[in-house]
Amino acid sequence: MATWATLPGSKAGAHGFGSFWLRLARLVGPGQRRPYVLFVLPALAIIAAVIIFPWFFTLFMSVHDWKITQSRSFVGLDNYAQLFGDERFQWALLRTLYYTLLAVLAPLILGTLAALVFHRKFPLRGFLRGVFILPMMATPVAVALVWTMMFHPQLGVLNYLLSLVGIPPQLWVFDPGTVIPSLVLVETWQWTPLVMLIVLGGLAALPTEPYEAAQLDGASAWQTFWRITFPMVLPFLMVAAIIRTIDAVKAFDIIFVISQGGPGTASETLNIFLYLQAFAFYNIGYASAVVVVFFALIIALSLALLYVRQRSKWSP
Amino acid sequence: MVALTTASWQLQRSKRRLRRIANRVAFGFAVFVIVSPAILVFLWMLSLSFKPEIENIAYPPIFIPEHPTLANFARVFEASPFGRYLVNSLIVTGSATLLAIAVGVPAGYGIAKAKAYRLAVLVLIARITPNLSYLIPLFIVFQMLGLTGTLWPMVITHLVITVPIVVWVMIGFFETLHPDLEEAALIDGATLWQAFRYIALPLSRPGVVVAAILAFIFSWNNFIFGVVLAGRETRTLPVAVYNVLTFEQISWGPLAAAALLVTLPVLILTVVIQREIVGGLAAGGVKGG
Repeated sequence: MATWATLPGSKAGAHGFGSFWLRLARLVGPGQRRPYVLFVLPALAIIAAVIIFPWFFTLFMSVHDWKITQSRSFVGLDNYAQLFGDERFQWALLRTLYYTLLAVLAPLILGTLAALVFHRKFPLRGFLRGVFILPMMATPVAVALVWTMMFHPQLGVLNYLLSLVGIPPQLWVFDPGTVIPSLVLVETWQWTPLVMLIVLGGLAALPTEPYEAAQLDGASAWQTFWRITFPMVLPFLMVAAIIRTIDAVKAFDIIFVISQGGPGTASETLNIFLYLQAFAFYNIGYASAVVVVFFALIIALSLALLYVRQRSKWSP
Repeated sequence: MVALTTASWQLQRSKRRLRRIANRVAFGFAVFVIVSPAILVFLWMLSLSFKPEIENIAYPPIFIPEHPTLANFARVFEASPFGRYLVNSLIVTGSATLLAIAVGVPAGYGIAKAKAYRLAVLVLIARITPNLSYLIPLFIVFQMLGLTGTLWPMVITHLVITVPIVVWVMIGFFETLHPDLEEAALIDGATLWQAFRYIALPLSRPGVVVAAILAFIFSWNNFIFGVVLAGRETRTLPVAVYNVLTFEQISWGPLAAAALLVTLPVLILTVVIQREIVGGLAAGGVKGG
């Protein structure tokens, strides 16, 4: 099965293709034998309307001073200039990077451990794996509400569990210092299964010969993991890291429901900042500039990780 | 001499067995530690939704309901037009999923057959883009068209989620489908459409089912579009749970009951297609954003 992560890189390399327009022209062209364009056209029309058009309209809006229900005027790059001088935006950017760092590392480590466990055969494995992936499929708003109750400083079940092992009660999402790690806890709970699935796919594809050789040479379990398993699943870990980075930068539901960016602005990430600019303050032009910068950030982060992935690729 | 070696051999064997048992216990413990957080949050949701309020705010917490009650669920339907919101969710997610299947399955076929991978990359970029960035321009367009207050904006924006999922899953599916049968049909004079409709499509039913379920789940779960676009009458369930139930100072029991009702269909579907998700479709993170 082709996957989100593997298709563009590997397939492009394997088949090679001309430019997008050449390809489209070949699809549309009158002389070709197989007019597959008719198959693609309806979907392409929808994608053009709800996905491509908004991209360009956003660019257009970002160079205007545009407020909902008011007239608009062309202001060039003023929105962008204002953005980079906006302290609230800078803090949101920093918070997003902090949130992303934690929300990538924690699921990556835990997901790898979980994959190592689920890679072994044991009774009820299929069922337990199904239970394990429930958090990533469950409705985010629903689980966020339950976590909100669990975070409650006086009556919450988390502080009760901490008290059982002698740890004093925490303020969790109600303290500016701990709100982001607490939100990351929910995000980690939710997305560790995805990392587990990706790494599990990697483990399933590993060759057995290196393990046989290691066993003959009397390698310890620890050595086997670090010298054989880890280098070979590294490309899969990088795929997981790319996907996690993209999703963590875009995180919205959990933060919006649990803390609304608060207390104060302590958990106001880029996406929350963007939401407030667009739909609380109705600064459409300004918000569009945020979208463009936001998009550039996501592309830059993914490309950086993709670059690292290409360099770290294990080759036989 | 012989007796000594036998004894030490036996000792070694029992040692080895002991170690194996210890290993097994440790492994079982690891499985328990890994799976329990996933299940405990849902069990806590279940517990909250079946307990009267007194038990819900008790400290230390009561885990197993002492006086189980359905009053919380009744309260959900009293406090809000929950049935109305359920219908909204079904209409929005149902139409967005069906439309996506209608256009996405042929598109996946076309892209896989023509190897038009640039189009596939386009779909990938759509998945990377934050959902809010579609929302601002579309919000303006819906205002201009006077569509606000109807379910149309919701159905249309949910296509942003469902179409890429279906196209992506189907590309992968049709790529693995052996082309021999279709090529035989083409040689016998079938049109491309006939080859797709009567040969490839029936063979691809398992892929279509998975694509439909994934599209359904991620559209059903979507919150961000509804928060901005939905009015009082056009809320979908996730928005309703957030808006109605959190702002009207409702207590924990009904809130947990509503949360459970919203997410239960998804949990059931997940368990049903668990094998397919694990089997590789999610290996690259098929996710609706």
